[in-house]
Amino acid sequence: MAEQVEREHMDFDVVIVGAGPSGLAAACRLMQQANEAERELSVCVVEKGSEVGAHILSGAIFEPRALDELFPDWAERGAPLNTPAIRDEVYLLKDDSSARKLPNALVPKTMHNVGTPGAESGRNYVISAGNLCRWLGEQAEELGVETFPGFAAQEVLYDEGGTVRGIITGDMGVGADGEPKDGYMPGMELRAKYTLFAEGARGHLGKRLIERFDLAKGRDPQHYAIGFKELWDVPAERHEPGLVLHGSGWPLDKETHGGFFLYHGENQQVMVGLIVDLAYSNPYLSPFDEFQRLKHHPLLKQYLEGGSRVAYGARAITKGGINCLPKMTFPGGLLIGCDAGTLNFAKIKGLHTAMKSGLVAAETVFEAIQGGDEGGQELTSFTTRWERSWAYRELREAANFGPAIHKYGTVMGGAYNFIDQWLGGKLPAVHDTTPDHAKLEQAAQGRKIDYPKPDGKLSFDKPSSVFLSNTNHEEDQPSHLRLKDPAVPIRDNLPTFDEPAQRYCPVGVYEVIEGDDGQPKFQINFQNCIHCKTCDIKDPAQNIEWVAPEGGGGPNYPNM
Amino acid sequence: MKVLVAVKRVIDYNVKIRVKADHSDVDLTNVKMAMNPFCEIAVEEAVRLKEKGIASEIVAVTVGPKAAQEQLRTALALGADRAIHVATDERVESLAVAKLLKRVADEEQPQLVILGKQAIDTDNNQTGQMLAALTGWGQGTFASKVDVKDGTVDVTREIDGGLQTVALKLPAVVTTDLRLNEPRYAKLPDIMKAKKKPLDTKTPEELGVDIASKVSLLQAEAPAERKGGIKVGSVDELLDKLKNEAKVIS
Repeated sequence: MAEQVEREHMDFDVVIVGAGPSGLAAACRLMQQANEAERELSVCVVEKGSEVGAHILSGAIFEPRALDELFPDWAERGAPLNTPAIRDEVYLLKDDSSARKLPNALVPKTMHNVGTPGAESGRNYVISAGNLCRWLGEQAEELGVETFPGFAAQEVLYDEGGTVRGIITGDMGVGADGEPKDGYMPGMELRAKYTLFAEGARGHLGKRLIERFDLAKGRDPQHYAIGFKELWDVPAERHEPGLVLHGSGWPLDKETHGGFFLYHGENQQVMVGLIVDLAYSNPYLSPFDEFQRLKHHPLLKQYLEGGSRVAYGARAITKGGINCLPKMTFPGGLLIGCDAGTLNFAKIKGLHTAMKSGLVAAETVFEAIQGGDEGGQELTSFTTRWERSWAYRELREAANFGPAIHKYGTVMGGAYNFIDQWLGGKLPAVHDTTPDHAKLEQAAQGRKIDYPKPDGKLSFDKPSSVFLSNTNHEEDQPSHLRLKDPAVPIRDNLPTFDEPAQRYCPVGVYEVIEGDDGQPKFQINFQNCIHCKTCDIKDPAQNIEWVAPEGGGGPNYPNM
Repeated sequence: MKVLVAVKRVIDYNVKIRVKADHSDVDLTNVKMAMNPFCEIAVEEAVRLKEKGIASEIVAVTVGPKAAQEQLRTALALGADRAIHVATDERVESLAVAKLLKRVADEEQPQLVILGKQAIDTDNNQTGQMLAALTGWGQGTFASKVDVKDGTVDVTREIDGGLQTVALKLPAVVTTDLRLNEPRYAKLPDIMKAKKKPLDTKTPEELGVDIASKVSLLQAEAPAERKGGIKVGSVDELLDKLKNEAKVIS
C-alpha cells in the first residue's frame, strides 16, 4: 500500500531474522552470555514459518562441532541426534541401471562421514534439520528468547543515516487487491541495537542488504543449487540406520552438475534427495523430473521399493563457498549462515558452519552491548573473530571445490579436488565469475528431454508432491512472487528460453497457459510456493522477485 | 459476566493427515499442531463480548498434554485473561472432556461457556452438548450469532435449510459455527504479555473425574486413494460400463 501507515514499535537489544540453525544458535549464545553476566538482554527471533522448523529442509548429515560448543550437554538435553553415520558409500551412476562404487581411498576426504572413533571428522549424525531447529527453539525459549513464528520480516528498518535499526514485520490481512481486509493488522517495527539476518539461502532482505551496502564487492558472484528431498517409510528389511550414500552421474548429463544422497535415519525412514547445480545450461532441464527418475535407479530403488513417500520439499542452497562469501558486517547488523553463504560444499554440509557463524555473531554482539554500545555500529571485530574460527578455515580449504567442478566437470573437477584436499588446499585458485542465471543457453541450442511419466510408486508428479509439503498460503493476498516487468516472461523468456520457470520451479508455481484471447499467458500459482527461492536465482532476466508472503504461509515440513 | 472458553490442540488444518506405518493411530510426530479453528472462533467471540463491555473476565481452558499450553497462550494472546490447563497425556473422549469442563465450570461459575462445535481431529461434535446436559444449562449449538441480553442470550443457529434463533437463560453453553466471526491475528506485544498471564494446571484426579477410555482404537486406515478417471468414447460405452463394471444401473 502506498500510504504511510502508522506502525507500532517494540524495542529489543537484538532482533534475529529467521529461526534456522544460525539464527537460533546466535539467539541461544546471546542469552547464555547474558545469563552468565547476569545482565538483562532482550532477544527476539522472527520466523516466517508457521512454527519453528516448518520451513527447514536439509539432508542432513550433521557434524556436531558447533553444537558441542553451544550445548556441551546436548545429549542430556535431548537433542535429536539419534542416528550416528556408520557406513559411507559413494557411487558414480554410469547410466540408468549401473553404478560404480568408488573405493574409499578415491573419495575426497571431506566427504567421509565415518572416521576413526573419536576423530572430529568422523563423528556425524543422520538427522532432521527441522527437528534440530525445533529443539534449538525450545532451548532458546527456555533461555528467555522471544520467538515469534508466523511473523515474516518484510522490510529492513533504516534510520535517516542509512544504518540498520531493526526490521518491519509484514502486514497481516491484506487482500489480493492490496486493500486491508477484516482483521487487518499492520506490521510492526521491531527496533534493535543489532539485527542479525539469518534467512537462509537467498534471503530477500539479505539480498537487498548485499546490494545496498555493496557487500559482495570484490567477491565472485554467489552460486546456488536446488536441493530436493523426500522422506520415505521403508520396509524394515531394507532399512540400515546410519548408512549414508552419496553419488553423482546419471541422470544428470555431463554439463549439469549435482549429486544425490540417500540416508537411512531413525523411525525406519530413509531420506533421499538430489542436488542440482543452478549453473545448468539447458533450458529444457527439469530438476524435479531428474530427481523423480533418479529414484528408479536400482541402487536407490532397492531401498525405496515397497516403501511409501511421506514428505516432499525443495530448497535452494548457497554453495559458492569462500570465494563468493560477501562481507558479513554493515552498520547495525550482521549477515549470518546461508543468508551470507557459509555452507561447506566440499563436505556437503552447512549446518555446523551456519551455527558457528551464529555463535561468532552472538559473541561479537554481546561483547559490544556489554561494553555499553548503543547499537548501529559496524561490528568489524566480527570479521576478525570469524576469520579466526575453524569454520572459516574449513571454507578456505574448500575454496576450489565448487569452482573446479564448474570449470573441469564432475570427474576432472573431482580429481582436482581430491589432489587439492590431499595438499590441504594448495592448488592454484579456481574462480567461476558467471552468475547462475546467465548460464542458460537459448532454447534453440537446448536439448529437449523426454522425461518418463511418473509411476506413482517411486516417482510422482508435482501436484501430489506439493500436497506432501503441507503448503498453504492465505489465498486472498497479493502474490509474493513479483515480476519487475510483467511482460518479460511471455515477450522474452518464452521465445528465448521456452520460459524455464515452468521447469525449474519444484512445485509448478509458474505455468504458461493459453489466455482467453488464445495467446500464451504467464500464470503464477503463488499458493503452492514452498519458499525455495530458485526463481529469484535462476530467472534469466532476473525479473522475478521473491518477497515474504503473509506470516505463517508456506510449507509445513515435518521431520525434514 | 465471566466467560469460560474451551480450546483444543489439534493437528493443523494445513497438514496432510498420515497414518502411522503400523496403523495404530494417526502420526503426530513433529507435525504442526494448532488451535482447533472452531475454538479460535469461540475465543474471538468471547473477546468481542469483552470489548463490548458484556464480559468482564475470559477464562480459557484446555484438556491435553503439556504442549497444549501453547494453545492456551494463544488464547491469552488473543485476549483471554487467564487459563486453566487440565493436564493429561491420555486420549480423552468427549464425555470425559465434558465431565472435566463441568468440574471447571462448578469452580469458576461462568455465565457463559463457549466451545467450538467440533474439533477437526475427531470431528465428534459432542462435548458442548454433553456439557449442557451435565450442567443442566441451556445450549445454543452451531451459533452464527450470539446476542447477550440481561440474564439471557439469543443464539442464532445454523440448521438444515435455514437459521433458528433460541433464547437461553444464563448460564448457558454455546458452540460456534464458521460464520459466527472472523478471528483476529495475535499481536506481537500481546504474545509477549500472554507469557506472563496466569495459567493454572490441574489434573483429572484433582478434579475427581475418571477419564479412562471406554473405546479402544483398533486400527487407523487412510482413505482409499481416488483412482484416475477414464474417457469413454460414446454414450453406449458409458451405459455399458455403468451397467456391467460399476453395476450402478441395471
